[in-house]
Amino acid sequence: MASSSSYNSPCAACKFLRRKCMPGCIFAPYFPPEEPQKFANVHKIFGASNVTKILNELLPHQREDAVNSLAYEAEARVRDPVYGCVGAISFLQRQVQRLQKELDSANADLLRFAYNDSSLPPLPPLVVPASFHHHHHHQQLTPQRQLQFGSRFGNGGNIDGSGFYSFPYAIPWNDTSSDDLSGGVGGRGGGVGGGNL
Amino acid sequence: MMTSSYSNSPCAACKFLRRKCNQDCIFAPYFPPEEPKKFANVHKVFGASNVSKLLNEVLPHQREDTVNSLAYEAEARIKDPVYGCVGFISGLQRQLLGLQKELDATNADLIQFTIQGSSSLGLGHVDYSNGFYNYPSNFEQ
Repeated sequence: MASSSSYNSPCAACKFLRRKCMPGCIFAPYFPPEEPQKFANVHKIFGASNVTKILNELLPHQREDAVNSLAYEAEARVRDPVYGCVGAISFLQRQVQRLQKELDSANADLLRFAYNDSSLPPLPPLVVPASFHHHHHHQQLTPQRQLQFGSRFGNGGNIDGSGFYSFPYAIPWNDTSSDDLSGGVGGRGGGVGGGNL
Repeated sequence: MMTSSYSNSPCAACKFLRRKCNQDCIFAPYFPPEEPKKFANVHKVFGASNVSKLLNEVLPHQREDTVNSLAYEAEARIKDPVYGCVGFISGLQRQLLGLQKELDATNADLIQFTIQGSSSLGLGHVDYSNGFYNYPSNFEQ
């Protein structure tokens, strides 16, 4: 009877691949038998041997997050074969730009009212000083190469009347990373944000 | 002599895979020979046969965007083997939340301002000609 290193039944990967789940199976800790779809998606998009290679290049404590992010990407790609999770990036970038414009406009209104309502002389061209942006990061998060795709960015989400995208995929782990937005999650600093793509 | 459907030299995929680049090569339109890294990355992360299957599942006019998004994901995964481009999504979502909070706070300030005048912004006492804005004494009446 096949056994995995952690369970009495083969892990989802070995079940899918119809092979004996040996002790020390690299997939077993991350693909429990009760989540067959997770491995099925990852296998379809990345392939078992590519996943093995990726996991073998990482330290053991990094593997769970790696598998979960691969599963996330694979599911996104299965739902949207053309754009995968890149469609969500494109959408989120546009939302960030939109909100940033709204915030700049609101700050400008506030400043304008403040000056108009005081006894100070009027300002010539309206300039929002950097110090007015309290708590605002001026880091350029978006990658230097903007995503240029067709207007269709994906069909996996719902856009309600206000235009806010209810992203269908919850981040599958507790995100305890810092707020370093230029480096992505995990503090490795190797995320796409600000990188040279 | 090897030919691709679009150029006289094999496409980057066939060059990488060391095979003949036929006229109907599915990779040739999207992996030109002058961009060898693009296919190398996609091959490393997804594998040639998976890419080929994906391209066959989408319509021809969608293939260019498909390849470009795969290339983007592959490059992100190589740069960040743990999180790939999912790390970037996480960062963008946090940034959006932060911006929304800031916008809400600014809008709340604007509303306060229009109700109570500039003194509510802590700009210091300003002497107005009419008494309406002499907060708080006028406000309490």
